[in-house]
Amino acid sequence: MKTAYLVLGNGKVFKGKQIGAPGKCLGELLFTTNMEGYLETLTDPSYAGQIVIQTFPLIGNYGVIEEDFEGKSALKGYVVRELCDTPSNFRSQYKLDEYLKKQGIPGICGVDTRELTRLIREKGVMNAMICNRIPKDLAAINEFAVTNVVDAVTCEKEAVYPALGKKKHNVVLIDYGAKRNIIKSLCSRGCQVTVVPCKTSAKAVLSYNPDGIMLSNGPGDPAENTFAIAQIKKLVGKVPIFGICLGHQLTALAMGGRTEKLKYGHRGGNQPVKEAGGRTYITSQNHGYAVIADSLKGTGVETFVNANDGSCEGMTYPGRRCFTVQFHPEACAGPRDTGFLFDKFIAMMEGNNNA
Amino acid sequence: MPKDKSIRKVMVIGSGPIVIGQAAEFDYAGAQACRILKAEGINVVLVNSNPATIMTDKAMADEIYLEPLNAETVERIIKKEKPDSLLAGLGGQTGLTLAMQLSNRGVLERYGVRLLGSDMNAIEKAEDRELFRDTMKAIGQPVVPSEIANTMEEAQKAARLIGYPVIIRPAFTLGGSGGGIANNDEELKTIAGTGLLLSPIHQILVERCISGWKEIEFETMRDSIGNVIAVCSMENLDPVGIHTGDSIVAAPALTLSDKEYQMLRSASLDMITALGIVGGCNCQFALNPDSFEYAVIEVNPRVSRSSALASKATGYPIAKITTKIALGYTLDEIKNDITGKTCACFEPALDYVVVKFPKWPFDKFAGSSRRLGTQMKATGEVMAIGSSFEAALMKAVRGTENGFDTLNAPPLSDRPLEERLAQQDDRRIFTVFEALKAGISIDKIHEITKIDCWFLDKIRNLADFELSIAGKRKLSKDEYALAKGLGYTDKALRHICRAKKLPGWQFSYKMVDTCAAEFNAETPYFYSTCDEVCESRSFKRSGKPVILVLGSGPIRIGQGIEFDYSSVHCVWTLRQMGYDVVIVNNNPETVSTDYDTADRLYFEPLTPEDVMSIIDVEKPIGVVVAFGGQTAIKLTQFLDRQGISILGTSAKGIDLAEDRALFDKLLEKFAISRPKGMGVKTMEEAVNAAETLGYPVLLRPSYVIGGQNMTISWSDEQTRKYMQAILATGIENPVLVDKYMPGTELEVDVISDGADVLIPGIMEHIERAGVHSGDSIAVYPPYNLSGRMLHKLCDRSTKLALALGTKGLVNIQYLIFENELYVIEVNPRASRTVPYISKVTGVPMVDIASRVMLGGKLKDMGYGTGLYPTPPCHAVKVPVFSFEKLNDANAILGPEMKSTGEVLGIGKTTAEALFKGLTAAGLTIPSKFDVETGVLLSVAEIDYQEILSIAEQFYDLGIKIYATRGTADAIKRQGIPVHSVSNATESAEIYTLMEKRKIHYLIYTGAVKDATMGDFIAIHRRAMQLGIPCLTSLDTAGALIKIIASRYTLANTELVDINKLSH
Repeated sequence: MKTAYLVLGNGKVFKGKQIGAPGKCLGELLFTTNMEGYLETLTDPSYAGQIVIQTFPLIGNYGVIEEDFEGKSALKGYVVRELCDTPSNFRSQYKLDEYLKKQGIPGICGVDTRELTRLIREKGVMNAMICNRIPKDLAAINEFAVTNVVDAVTCEKEAVYPALGKKKHNVVLIDYGAKRNIIKSLCSRGCQVTVVPCKTSAKAVLSYNPDGIMLSNGPGDPAENTFAIAQIKKLVGKVPIFGICLGHQLTALAMGGRTEKLKYGHRGGNQPVKEAGGRTYITSQNHGYAVIADSLKGTGVETFVNANDGSCEGMTYPGRRCFTVQFHPEACAGPRDTGFLFDKFIAMMEGNNNA
Repeated sequence: MPKDKSIRKVMVIGSGPIVIGQAAEFDYAGAQACRILKAEGINVVLVNSNPATIMTDKAMADEIYLEPLNAETVERIIKKEKPDSLLAGLGGQTGLTLAMQLSNRGVLERYGVRLLGSDMNAIEKAEDRELFRDTMKAIGQPVVPSEIANTMEEAQKAARLIGYPVIIRPAFTLGGSGGGIANNDEELKTIAGTGLLLSPIHQILVERCISGWKEIEFETMRDSIGNVIAVCSMENLDPVGIHTGDSIVAAPALTLSDKEYQMLRSASLDMITALGIVGGCNCQFALNPDSFEYAVIEVNPRVSRSSALASKATGYPIAKITTKIALGYTLDEIKNDITGKTCACFEPALDYVVVKFPKWPFDKFAGSSRRLGTQMKATGEVMAIGSSFEAALMKAVRGTENGFDTLNAPPLSDRPLEERLAQQDDRRIFTVFEALKAGISIDKIHEITKIDCWFLDKIRNLADFELSIAGKRKLSKDEYALAKGLGYTDKALRHICRAKKLPGWQFSYKMVDTCAAEFNAETPYFYSTCDEVCESRSFKRSGKPVILVLGSGPIRIGQGIEFDYSSVHCVWTLRQMGYDVVIVNNNPETVSTDYDTADRLYFEPLTPEDVMSIIDVEKPIGVVVAFGGQTAIKLTQFLDRQGISILGTSAKGIDLAEDRALFDKLLEKFAISRPKGMGVKTMEEAVNAAETLGYPVLLRPSYVIGGQNMTISWSDEQTRKYMQAILATGIENPVLVDKYMPGTELEVDVISDGADVLIPGIMEHIERAGVHSGDSIAVYPPYNLSGRMLHKLCDRSTKLALALGTKGLVNIQYLIFENELYVIEVNPRASRTVPYISKVTGVPMVDIASRVMLGGKLKDMGYGTGLYPTPPCHAVKVPVFSFEKLNDANAILGPEMKSTGEVLGIGKTTAEALFKGLTAAGLTIPSKFDVETGVLLSVAEIDYQEILSIAEQFYDLGIKIYATRGTADAIKRQGIPVHSVSNATESAEIYTLMEKRKIHYLIYTGAVKDATMGDFIAIHRRAMQLGIPCLTSLDTAGALIKIIASRYTLANTELVDINKLSH
């Protein structure tokens, strides 16, 4: 195996072995603490522009199972401690390294992923490069910024996904980089889901006569998506809306709120969120920005907060039939404990606001 | 929901003696529970019959009852103490069963005691097979499908419905005999036919065969408002079919995709929700490796061995949180101690791999089956943490102290490899390794063993690496780095590649922090890795001098929980004295490996290299070896050679006690006698020595622990046989032949500061010399010791302790034979009896010993010197065995230790204490004997004389005597009425009598000859199944008679709160 380096924006260098596609990559370095579910992570479009570190040391144990893909890989690079060369699972199709090569994703293994995680925890998210030769100038690394990533991962044209069983609802999903399981979660509950590109206007969305609108997850800084925010503004109140992750953030911005960048975000499958007046759920998360709940005082009500750091995890907009969550009720990877939120969305479409 | 303020006085039930399946993990859990309760200002009433526990320490509870754990006694304590609540979920199955009994008897209701944590409804739903299946069915969770069949037609119908392969289990046959696996209709006909025939009620259970499926566990928690979390997943390397306690287990699960993982995680959480669990709960699944099909195996609605493992594997304190939940707190209100900031309602993220490896007692039971199955046989376990599976496995293997530091082990038999691979025994992973080295394909091994190929591939990495460096004599830098990453010690490498010189490696230590470094952790809990960055070296220290305390490793026969008790107390005292204390241990079932016991915890194997690496980081002013049993003691000479200061008794002093020649010289100097003996190396030397000394003689190899391979020989024939077996193993050190003297054994623990000596107490054994001290009933204070002898014993103990340069504890064992005092053994360390004597006398022995080690003077400690005054109570330690689990093992007491745990009985008189002790150990003493029920005597010829007085006493008590022919003849000659029974070889009369409940006790001393050993084992096994106590020492029988005569009952003993003993 060829030697590879992970060069951080602050000049720190980690030496390891090259995995995946040859060549170098540049991106925002961050970590996820999920112990399994690396396939879902690799194929989650929300990682666009990013180099992902897996904190769990053994990755690739069950190889590649294409039916578990959540979308098209959008991440820039991949960092693991140990990549499994001998996967074992009854569904396993091929080795993870092969997938990375096919997708053109460079990676590095054999590095101290815990130390990297500690660095990010202390210093915050930073840029990094995976390469075979250490660059003399770090400027290129530090200049990098994740921009226009939603445009890069949204679908090119609309697609219709039929309801599983009898069709009960017509849902339009605005695709900012949607994970497949959001669509599946809706289809399995009797929704026909029309997925539309992020550039679709509010008018065009409403022309489908949807019973409800799903605002998907997606990558990057929410504030950048001015067109999407403007359309959401026009949609809120018209039909039931459910937003997840970026969809949650965009709705907050559309409602006059603000978002902020977190030091190192929440990425993993063990984040506790407390429902206002209710219990605490273990959730799947992947976000670097958060809604500032206070900025929505009077407009929205905070429904979920992160039990660790108190950050906003969910909002509801009374009277507007609109609710959003920061975490991922569709799971994949991660716990399925909040799947009931899709039921809540269905109930809302059925006219039961109290569900 | 905050704490329920109506909870003011809580009774906590412990798990009693250590037996296979219930080890020190419940002391760890119980101690955590008590500490939480005390911290909440709650009055704690503790009941536990096991004295060798931290949880029965003075400060742990307000009232402490070392009383038998049965419903009658606990009811009496409830009546006396009037607790408002009961916490039972932390005392293992013992605690849970007791709580159920108390509830069923209406005791809880009668005294207004409420059960904290999971309620009775939840417990019953989880414990009752039918209720559990119904509950699972109601929420759509699959259980292993099974149908009852009474005819062949029904069996066929059931099998087709369930789907082949099926297991046929005939109802009511011994050990499931007559069953088997059927793969198709044809096979079913044969197997079901036999099964129906063999079952006395002509009934079979047709069950889906899931052996070979993956075994996956989830440790879960639920609180009263329905918050649920999965703390940790675990994957058994051994597929379904081997008890999880006997399986090598990895955490987290390593071969599951997110789909499988989440499917089982969701199932666990749905299950504990449906059951209404409040607290911790263990959920076990079988997962078909070829599909998403799974079946729920069982749940344990309580803290368990697995939950202790999960706690140590993740840093998440399940027992502690379970207690808080029981008090009314909800998960979201509780903080995660490790980070100090985040919420306890979360699921730990691991950034390392954990491997648990069982510790089996087969070294103690030669000839007993090593086959593993659904009945757990391991006495303890070790846990290892690494950044790769290979490293964690290698650490675990060397940590079990089986004599292997790699996966290379000599085969147990000379049968072909493939045949041995199919054997589910304790050596299978070693056989797998052997097979991989021999080039057998992974697919083939998988086909035979059903071990997942992922694990096999990892083991192959080790095999391939060893083959690549074998005999190379020199390792490249890369090879050496690779070796260290795979977990090899330098010693193992030198052995494999025969390299003379290795560069040495500086290990780094990473932190176990529950969150994969996502948050800053404040709890220093470390494991070694090969990385550059070391979190331990950069960890902020107090600047106080550092002391390293070595723990005692896995629980095994001869080295049990007592040593953890002592290690923990030493740590506490040293911390109190202002030292920065570091503990090294690898046993997940203990208090010592709790992250807040010491200032820093290293979860590492206790081998020279692993310990030296830690010393390199910690730079302690000294190392404490005296409390970690033989595990720690055997590192002494090595550490001394490395120039490491040994605190307490010096390496030289320790050597003096362990080296026979040196020790003999010392004894001579003080004119102290010891049984005559000599060292021999050949068969002829042994026979000659035995003849010179005169039979009987005691034979044993030098340098042994717990009386391993010790035997009493009565004849040349026996001596030859023993020597043949010993010489076959190729011993290096001589075999010791000692004159065996069947006298009274005494044991004394002494504390010395070099100038003065304190003797907290002396114990006298019930069983004569020849029965290992750990298996003897020990009585405090001595019941039959003359003043002159007492004086002599104290004098000799003082002289020996001082001469050995003892600084701290020393344990001395004596023998009185024909009015002469002999020294048998000196152990320059804390012994098994330290917790027992500490509790009864009120002398904090470990605390004093620890202070003395660091220069403290006994004179200043407030406990005086010389023999400590005897308190107004009697205490009896009774050993407890686990033969129910090892039902083919030879249960005859002898020089080799066989008990796994102990209980204590405390009373006003020796008889009362004995009654309590024996009752606590599980012996039932009826208040009245039916005319036809009695005792069965079957003794060796050599005991014919002695059995007469025993028979006479039984006769005087009006208890009917049954005896096998020879024994009966001897008794008859004495004019005592006896019912003669034919020998087991001749007819099934003994079995019939036992089954008809005519026998209440079995007293058996035969079976020294191989010919009758099989009979005894079979009789003993049946007796155990029927709950008939079997005594193999006439001295124990004598004690039994004494307590039957004393007329003590469970209702008339005095309940003793040891916190209120007037010392």
